[in-house]
Amino acid sequence: MDFSFSEEQTLLRNTVQSFLQDKYDFDTRRKIVASDEGFRRDYWQQFAELGLLAAPFSEEMGGLGGGPIDTMIIMEEFGRHLVVEPFLETVVLAGGFLREGGSPAQQEELIPGIIGGENIWAFAYAEPQGRYNLADLKTTAKKDGDGFVLNGYKCVVLAAPWADKLVVTARTSGGQRDRDGVTVFIVDKGADGVSTRDYPTVDGRRASEITFENVKVGADAVIGEVDKGLALVEKVTDQAIAALSAEAIGGMKELNEATVEYCKTRKQFGVPIGKFQVLQHRMVDMFMAYEQSVSMTYMVNLKVEEEEAERKKAASGAKVQIGKAGRFVGQQAVQLHGGMGMTDELSVGHYFKRLTMIDTQFGNVDHHLKRYSSAA
Amino acid sequence: MDMSFSPEEIAFRDEVRAFIADNYPQELRDLKTRGDMTKEQILMWHRILYKKGWIVPHWPVEYGGTGWSITQRYIWNEECARAETTPLLPFGLSMVGPVIYTFGNEEQKKRFLPGILSGDDWWCQGYSEPGAGSDLASLRTKAVREGDHYIINGSKTWTTLAQHADWMFCLAKTDPDAKAQDAISFFLIDMKTPGITVRPIITMDGGHEVNEVFLEDVKVPAENLIGEENKGWTYAKFLLGNERSGIAGVARSKKAIERLKNIAKAELVDGEPLLDQEEFSTKISEVEIDLTALEFTELRTLAAESKGQGPGPESSILKIKGTEIQQRITELTLEAVGHYGFVYAPHGHERTGNEYVPGPEYAAGQSQNYFNMRKTAIYGGSNEIQHNIIAKMVLGL
Repeated sequence: MDFSFSEEQTLLRNTVQSFLQDKYDFDTRRKIVASDEGFRRDYWQQFAELGLLAAPFSEEMGGLGGGPIDTMIIMEEFGRHLVVEPFLETVVLAGGFLREGGSPAQQEELIPGIIGGENIWAFAYAEPQGRYNLADLKTTAKKDGDGFVLNGYKCVVLAAPWADKLVVTARTSGGQRDRDGVTVFIVDKGADGVSTRDYPTVDGRRASEITFENVKVGADAVIGEVDKGLALVEKVTDQAIAALSAEAIGGMKELNEATVEYCKTRKQFGVPIGKFQVLQHRMVDMFMAYEQSVSMTYMVNLKVEEEEAERKKAASGAKVQIGKAGRFVGQQAVQLHGGMGMTDELSVGHYFKRLTMIDTQFGNVDHHLKRYSSAA
Repeated sequence: MDMSFSPEEIAFRDEVRAFIADNYPQELRDLKTRGDMTKEQILMWHRILYKKGWIVPHWPVEYGGTGWSITQRYIWNEECARAETTPLLPFGLSMVGPVIYTFGNEEQKKRFLPGILSGDDWWCQGYSEPGAGSDLASLRTKAVREGDHYIINGSKTWTTLAQHADWMFCLAKTDPDAKAQDAISFFLIDMKTPGITVRPIITMDGGHEVNEVFLEDVKVPAENLIGEENKGWTYAKFLLGNERSGIAGVARSKKAIERLKNIAKAELVDGEPLLDQEEFSTKISEVEIDLTALEFTELRTLAAESKGQGPGPESSILKIKGTEIQQRITELTLEAVGHYGFVYAPHGHERTGNEYVPGPEYAAGQSQNYFNMRKTAIYGGSNEIQHNIIAKMVLGL
């Protein structure tokens, strides 16, 4: 039993930390979010140069041969700085689909573009009626010669305004919510029939609503097997949940530290408010929520490559923990900062907003409680 | 004990319901939040009620009250919430107004009450300061008497809607040597006085509701002092007691639960309404039960008040439970809208006309509303302070 990080992993953390400390302070982040494009393409290139975009890919694929723990380290540090650049969407999700389900040809063609920072990807899976059920799809892909024709609508596709490539789930057979009949496609965002409308999100990112109207793709656009895509989607989104958990603990860590610091310095009634026992106990509860979340984040990242039932339980269990803890820590950090916690000026509210939205991504607490129960 | 309405009360309900239906402006029905409203729109409903004579049901009749019974006031609040009328601004009507008619002199009553009633004077609250939040008595704004006026220096913060205000009621220290509670005075300040600067504070939901107010050598006539010099703390606490009792927001929360249920009916989980999911409907039931308890607690408080008791420190219960319930409802509403909680809905002051807000109309702005409502456990005396009040004043700890 050993929870220590390898030398390479410590080095990776130091690399990410020193980059973000230099170039991603809260004021810079505010400017990035307010800019026209909403993220920094030059930073994305620098992530590539630092090897971050290569971290989880095997050496045969041109990567650095890391695994979920390396992704976890990057995401945790990104969480501490509220990084908006689409690492999750491009490296974890699209990279995950290609790694887990891509053909050798697809891997050879597309992974270098991820590692090199040339391509940005988004994952178009959610539909308004489907909520968190990954199989509930009205988007269809009908056989058309050798290829397929896609029609449908995807909502809240995070990072899509920045992306040039999309991973899209569509129904190739079966009823609207059948487990069978789901297929995963690669679609160029610039393809004929793809139209997008972009907008900002409450947590400082960008998203699109995407309509697919008779979008033609070739047979080589399918990732994995036709009609059998759901298991792949679940596997990759579980990996994304493991990464999101790491982002969440990064945010919680910052909030807890800021809150303790604030309560040590903010004086009311002639003493620092941190002297009040009721606030001390609150901060202890926040600390415990964070520690429990760290534990679940380690757990899920260690188990995310295990067999399906074990993996599902790990991912859903972690998502429940970070959903609950993120809400508690976020709300209490705002409360203990008083009016200051409500302002746009302080970072506290921005962490709170991000933690709130992490609960929504890939299913909230209720969804994953149910999924955990059915996997157990 | 009796909870049923008499035939007269039912007739009253029908009357006010009809009045609201006939007189509430269509223009306001189309607006969602106060952040989207112009100053005139915020005042529109106020002016209609003023004309009708229903602007201050909670005031004594001699100052403009309606003389309604507790039950009638309850019915009125229910009907307003039911019709989702814009909430009236509390700063004049519920905060400084009662202070003026209780502690002000005849001259002050004559001068200030008419503008509060008509809505011609917009008031804001100069209480909190950067260094004085929960510990309000530690405020540092100073007022120094010079002949027939005071010179006021200092700064106030979290001043809601000061950007529109004509007047501010303001606490300032008039005795640098006495202990805080014997050193504070209560002033009425014309916002047009030279030396006042209002600076916006943007909150995390993107809205502009609160401000900082800086006072630099602001000259305030001595006749704008309420009551006695150095007795302001008594008036300030009286005002906070009133603020707390109005803060429960029961009728509005009932309406918010109804809206939540409608959203949960429209949102689907595996093709079935979210409202039919046991884990979600249970959460709605829980908050509804909490709200029922609060409603009866408020009615008990109002009944005691009508017999001349209170509002005592028990009103802190209304503040704590009322805000917890409001927050819980916004949290569940955000949960209900699912993916579309991500969408940022621009506020009135940010709009250029080209914004795109996707998703069902009911989803727009729900996450921002949830973020914004975190303030309720902080303002009006944080909920931690309310716990202290109950511990000390009610339980005698």
